[in-house]
Amino acid sequence: MNVHEYQGKEILRKYGVATPRGVACFSVDEAVKAAESLGGKVWVVKAQIHAGGRGKGGGVKVAKSIDQVREYASQILGMTLITHQTGPEGRLVKRLLIEEGADIKKELYVGMVVDRATQRVTLMASSEGGMDIEEVAAHTPEKIFKVAIDPFDGLPTAAAEEVARKIGIPEQAVAQGAAFMRSLYQAFDECDCSLAEINPLIYTGDNKVLALDAKLNFDSNALYRHPDIVAMRDLDEEDPAEVEASKFDLAYISLDGNIGCLVNGAGLAMATMDSIKLYGGAPANFLDVGGGATAEKVTEAFKIMLKNPHLKAILVNIFGGIMKCDVIATGVVTAAREVKLQVPLVVRMKGTNEDLGKQILKDSGLPIISANNMGEAAEKVVAAAKGQ
Amino acid sequence: MSILIDKNTKVITQGITGKTGMFHTKMGKEYANGANCYVAGVTPKKGGQSYEGIPIFETVKEAKVQTGATASVIYVPPPFAAAAIDEAVEAGLDLVICITEGIPVRDMIRTRRKMEGKHTLLIGPNCPGVITPDEIKIGIMPGHIHKKGRIGVVSRSGTLTYEAVGQLMDLGLGQSTCVGIGGDPVNGLKHIDIMKLFNDDDETDAVIMVGEIGGDAEETCARWMKDNMKKPVVGFIAGVTAPAGKRMGHAGAIISGGKGTAQEKLAVMEECGIKVTKNPAKMGELLKSVL
Repeated sequence: MNVHEYQGKEILRKYGVATPRGVACFSVDEAVKAAESLGGKVWVVKAQIHAGGRGKGGGVKVAKSIDQVREYASQILGMTLITHQTGPEGRLVKRLLIEEGADIKKELYVGMVVDRATQRVTLMASSEGGMDIEEVAAHTPEKIFKVAIDPFDGLPTAAAEEVARKIGIPEQAVAQGAAFMRSLYQAFDECDCSLAEINPLIYTGDNKVLALDAKLNFDSNALYRHPDIVAMRDLDEEDPAEVEASKFDLAYISLDGNIGCLVNGAGLAMATMDSIKLYGGAPANFLDVGGGATAEKVTEAFKIMLKNPHLKAILVNIFGGIMKCDVIATGVVTAAREVKLQVPLVVRMKGTNEDLGKQILKDSGLPIISANNMGEAAEKVVAAAKGQ
Repeated sequence: MSILIDKNTKVITQGITGKTGMFHTKMGKEYANGANCYVAGVTPKKGGQSYEGIPIFETVKEAKVQTGATASVIYVPPPFAAAAIDEAVEAGLDLVICITEGIPVRDMIRTRRKMEGKHTLLIGPNCPGVITPDEIKIGIMPGHIHKKGRIGVVSRSGTLTYEAVGQLMDLGLGQSTCVGIGGDPVNGLKHIDIMKLFNDDDETDAVIMVGEIGGDAEETCARWMKDNMKKPVVGFIAGVTAPAGKRMGHAGAIISGGKGTAQEKLAVMEECGIKVTKNPAKMGELLKSVL
């Protein structure tokens, strides 16, 4: 799960991570009031969407008067912001963050992720702030410093201070920089983050270390113990099809193609998508119905897939284990009838009660195209999507 | 010989009184030599009871002492599953297979840290389990799709493992052992660990290695195999069509920072002499071609 920058900063401040002062706003009037209450002479008006690259897309502006705050807030609020992470359709800006201006002397980078190889949370820091860290990693890996954090010891002060010096935090701010990183780790650990990125981390003219931006992602498996974080979820920032699917415990991801896929198991679902591509088609979605699919779940899955206007055909690929093919077949028939299916449907079933399942499909009288293996299924659905 | 488990393995079911634990313990008990393999269950506060004739104990340690069990399988719900692994490790079991899906990564980081220096091997979490066909089945895979033979299978996903097994069976090829190592980012044994076991197993002639996007465990395994693997291995990686930054069902199946793509994994595997296919329907045929 992702949160907005202002929410991330709220969480981080609770753990003592230093950030500029700021106020989240939903209207231009609120933005003006926020700037007045913050005081000072410079404010930053920042679009709040769940995507990076907001500055380049025109979603972050520095205002030097209250009038300018009003002007920029009116421009940004309600705009469709397009960045390299939003896709060409962009994202409608509904929230703003008004922050006090900071005297930036240098931009740095600090991030934390779970590293699979060491099986620990890893601190990554670099003197190259404000840039895409993947670019830094690709071209100048020597500028990235990493520390694998022992879960029982946490991030030791000495290690944090060493990193602070390596990324160029001046000596008089090293202690504060180290405390910043230690607080960030505490927040990461206690909130079950899967990613924390402070880009840029800045130090200011008066030698303060501050998080100018904050991106936090949370482990969805751990949300049950963080109701406060779940309350921050902004459904406007998520794909409506994915939100709808999650209500029925379906793992669904929208893709660009026109062939809907309904599969049991994540690995088999990916392999099914790959097969479609291999035979010259393009999958419209990833959809794992999981191990306990019922007729109701299959029907909901069909409804979600059919909301996609580009959909030209559907492929159901089931390897029955504990989940029996006849149960799925009944679900598919019920769903096809209930939604009055108009697009071609290819079904491949294997495993437990395979013959029974095939018979149910056959007896239904529906124009279901059956396939004996994954390759044949992919070939048939690609042809069907092309109207052949 | 097979790897990890055989007809003589003695198993404890942790979480035996839950719906999933009950169902799969019964299925395991009914499979091949299962009646002799499933010797104990553990559920706190239910010690002294029994299920399907299997005695239930309060703790793993007690179950081990009373029955001589060396392995456990975990069906405990996610909030308590990491602690269940810890308990099995503390009790000194040789092998723990954790089926539970949805364990917080933070819990697994701590559990893996506690396992450092301990001899217990962990399979999973979020995995289908391990089967040595016609001897023993520990996990949620359908037993009847397998038969005894000389092909090893290792995979990160459940149904895709069954798919590989199904293709082998269509060609008349049985399996020595099939291992689902699970789809989580922080887990126990990796492809490389399983491959080393297959390499040393005189009842395994060749291996199907199934991977998916995310991490670099497949590449690490491939590099080791280049110099050390004595048996033919064929591979498939799921997720060529997966977009970056999107979690494809499994917590570990995500391309992040341009790393962990299927293309990259397939390229490294080929460089290391592993025959790979981009067609998941051809895993079995490819394996047969290298025998």
